[in-house]
Amino acid sequence: MSARNSSTRTIRGEKNLQEITTAHPDGIGGSPLRPDGTLKVKGEFAYSSDLWHEDMLWGMALRSPHSHAKILSIDTTEALTQPGVYAVLTHEDIPGSKYYGLEIQDQPALAFGKVRYHGEAVAIVAADHPETARRALAKIKVEYEVLPPITTEEQCLDPETHGYVHEPHEYRGHASGNIVHSQKVVSGLGVNEDVRAMADVVVVGEYEVGMQDQAFLGPESGLAVPAEDGGIDLYIATQWLHVDREQVAPVLGLPENKVRLTLAGVGGAFGGREDLSMQIHACLLAQRTGKPVKIVYSREESFFGHVHRHPAKMRYEHGATRDGKLVYMDARIVLDGGAYASASPAVVGNASSLSVGPYEIPNVNVLAIALYSNNPSCGAMRGFGAVQACFAYETQLDRLAAKLGMDPVELRQLNAVSQGSHLPTGQVIDAPAPVAELLQKVKDLPLPPALDTTHLDIRELPGALSNTSHGEGIVRGVGYAVGLKNVGFSEGFDDYSTARVRLEVIGGEPVAMVHTAMAEVGQGGVTVHGQIARTELGVERVTIHPANTEVGSAGSTSASRQTYMTGGAVKLAAEAVRNELFNLGRSRYGWTYNDLSLIGGKVVSASAGVLISMVDLLGDQAIDLTREHHHRPTVPFDKETGQGFGHVQYTFCAHRAVVDVDVELGLVKVVELAAAQDVGKALNPLSVIGQIQGGSTQGLGLAVMEEIITRDGKVRNPSFTDYLIPTILDTPPQPVEILELADPNAPYGLRGVGEAPTLSSTPAIVSAIRAATGLALNRVPVRPEHITGT
Amino acid sequence: MRVTFNANGRPVEADDVWEGESLLFMLRERLGLPGSKNACEQGECGSCTVYLDGAPVCSCLVAAGQVQDREVRTVEGLADDESGLDPVQQAFIDAGAVQCGFCTPGLLVQTHDLLEREPQPSDSDIREALSGNLCRCTGYEKIMDAVRLASARKCSDASEVSQ
Repeated sequence: MSARNSSTRTIRGEKNLQEITTAHPDGIGGSPLRPDGTLKVKGEFAYSSDLWHEDMLWGMALRSPHSHAKILSIDTTEALTQPGVYAVLTHEDIPGSKYYGLEIQDQPALAFGKVRYHGEAVAIVAADHPETARRALAKIKVEYEVLPPITTEEQCLDPETHGYVHEPHEYRGHASGNIVHSQKVVSGLGVNEDVRAMADVVVVGEYEVGMQDQAFLGPESGLAVPAEDGGIDLYIATQWLHVDREQVAPVLGLPENKVRLTLAGVGGAFGGREDLSMQIHACLLAQRTGKPVKIVYSREESFFGHVHRHPAKMRYEHGATRDGKLVYMDARIVLDGGAYASASPAVVGNASSLSVGPYEIPNVNVLAIALYSNNPSCGAMRGFGAVQACFAYETQLDRLAAKLGMDPVELRQLNAVSQGSHLPTGQVIDAPAPVAELLQKVKDLPLPPALDTTHLDIRELPGALSNTSHGEGIVRGVGYAVGLKNVGFSEGFDDYSTARVRLEVIGGEPVAMVHTAMAEVGQGGVTVHGQIARTELGVERVTIHPANTEVGSAGSTSASRQTYMTGGAVKLAAEAVRNELFNLGRSRYGWTYNDLSLIGGKVVSASAGVLISMVDLLGDQAIDLTREHHHRPTVPFDKETGQGFGHVQYTFCAHRAVVDVDVELGLVKVVELAAAQDVGKALNPLSVIGQIQGGSTQGLGLAVMEEIITRDGKVRNPSFTDYLIPTILDTPPQPVEILELADPNAPYGLRGVGEAPTLSSTPAIVSAIRAATGLALNRVPVRPEHITGT
Repeated sequence: MRVTFNANGRPVEADDVWEGESLLFMLRERLGLPGSKNACEQGECGSCTVYLDGAPVCSCLVAAGQVQDREVRTVEGLADDESGLDPVQQAFIDAGAVQCGFCTPGLLVQTHDLLEREPQPSDSDIREALSGNLCRCTGYEKIMDAVRLASARKCSDASEVSQ
């Protein structure tokens, strides 16, 4: 067996690894088409799994079948003798550091001593065909001594009895016991008996959120090519090229400048590509064999190969006056971080600081912690700690409204934050915060028509094509929710972005080239970069340079930050290029105008009209400038009180969900999911709506179907047969209302868009199911048996 | 083994094919046709959908040897000529139905088949026809728009021709 290709090209799929040039009149505020759209619909866009190199090998990892075990021995002898096998590597073969990690370097590149979760990589193979590699893996003999897994909160918090996931002397962060990170937030008087006495009405609830998977469609994959200088060129699907390199290079024992990364096509991310997956393994195998090595995960391996959304257990207590004003909130949020730290500390920071939601509450006491356990590692997923809290506080608000006899939307509006409000961290919201207005917008939308039992299309009912109902036993419900999310990296982190913009004349036309290291994962950042260049430089033709590590960091494509941060960097670089062009004209022609702009390829003075075309002014000269964009500084939250100016920007989205529930079978059909969001400024309205609908649908998945099921730390459903994500039949029409209230601190006044809709979608849908059924439903996803009680 | 078949209107031949390989693997790794995608390789996501003798199939579930002497049409072969786009492809770009794009090739083939069979599908028809194609980015609303747009454009083209 050998996989060969009739093509003679060196790396197949070079089209999007080169520049893409498109011409369009639209700047910001328009919706020009994606520059990569044509390649994508023709099947010619090279995703990381499509790459092919002459003479390349296939890499594959052997993974632990146990969630907790000692490794007594690893014998690779027989695997190495298989025909077609080029290398079999274990931790002993690692030339540099044995650990990596996003925030805390606690994860072995290949396990040694112990495995701490089901699916942890123990050994890797390079072979001439994936099947050869699979068979070689089966020949590796690993002797394990299985240990009792530490999987429950009670076990984790009692290490004296149940043991440690990491021995305390191994800790590389600020962990203690089996707690990776904890954060308190205390404001006002905190919560004590005196404060409780001020409330007329109290609701207490315990809530659970299951472990959700990002389930991006493009599997983890990439191609590592050994270079003549002893370095490695890695073509990879990731969310942050530079931080991948920071983690990969030390393990390879190479300086960072010898590890060069280029972004290959990325098939979705949603947080799941913030951590490394196959990067180090492919590079180690390429280093050892001297050949290009491609690794492509199967869907099953993908479930083991990336971190998930933290499952959460939360206790919330709210007190209010009898007229509905919130008096206090007490919350304890326990997040299961799994075997390795990943982004757990930052997720705890978000869960705690955003735990109150978009409400003014004078007295607050919160504790959020993330645990080390032998469950799958959890880290970044769209919504990042704020999703879990939102399900709890929005359920609490519904219950409080019921207890007060108030309308749930009016209760929320009565307590909603607005510009100038203090959050419990002490941070004042210094930009528009139209929470009450967003709720009103979704409430005022016309409701979908009632179920028409005389003209039924069963495809529109719960159960749909399964033919489970012809209208009998179907009950409709409506629910509302709203959420609070931050934008950008927080707590003192300077997640700056870099952009390079080059302006020159090509083929008789001025052309702007934009070069960043931004990971385009589908969100449409490359479209927006072109729009910004057109707006600032008055050109139509824009070239998007491939994203790579030849330019400075663009930070991560996460935290709803890329348009704000790297878009902001493109704006700064384009403005600098524009000023340089004006200076060129001033020095050449002695202009003294202070009212210059670039419009339609010409330099225009507001007072004197058109001065010169950019083509004539530039001649054969190119202006090529690079700029960094830093957001305003933040500070870490105080460890004991949670006080501090911790977040860059806040963002808000509200949902109204309408559901039909088959109360006999427990099946749910979401009939409509309406959203209203303030985006500050919609740089590309088509993409903004796409982000809101996509994010809302992931919230729908968490509400009614998505959960990784574990037993003793072992994953029971690592496939799309058993882990369900919404299909087009599960997903309803989604009207979207956009507000554009500018944030004075942000480029163009924009607000990060991607995550906020994932927060409130879930509680709105569950609220609607409660309205239809009268059930408490304190856990997501809601399963049929939770509705039928069977 | 050697497999000989017709791909996108051209005779092709793949050598050294292991008996356990799927049509998807053969297309992607041996024939330079990586447009069909490998999101689950177990027939759940539809990203690998191709026409086999005119019927849409998950190419991950078809053994490579099964296509001997048969006709396969992939996303790379949807448009009539190299430079142009099929109306379905153009509609997906125009409607904003492409984000990461990994589901797109499979959805394009499935939509193309739907509109061949039913030029003016209802929304429920569209949802039923595309229910085997997972998309994680868009929430499907823009995909619905794209199918409606492609249907409208194809029907107006057809009526112009008939006039």
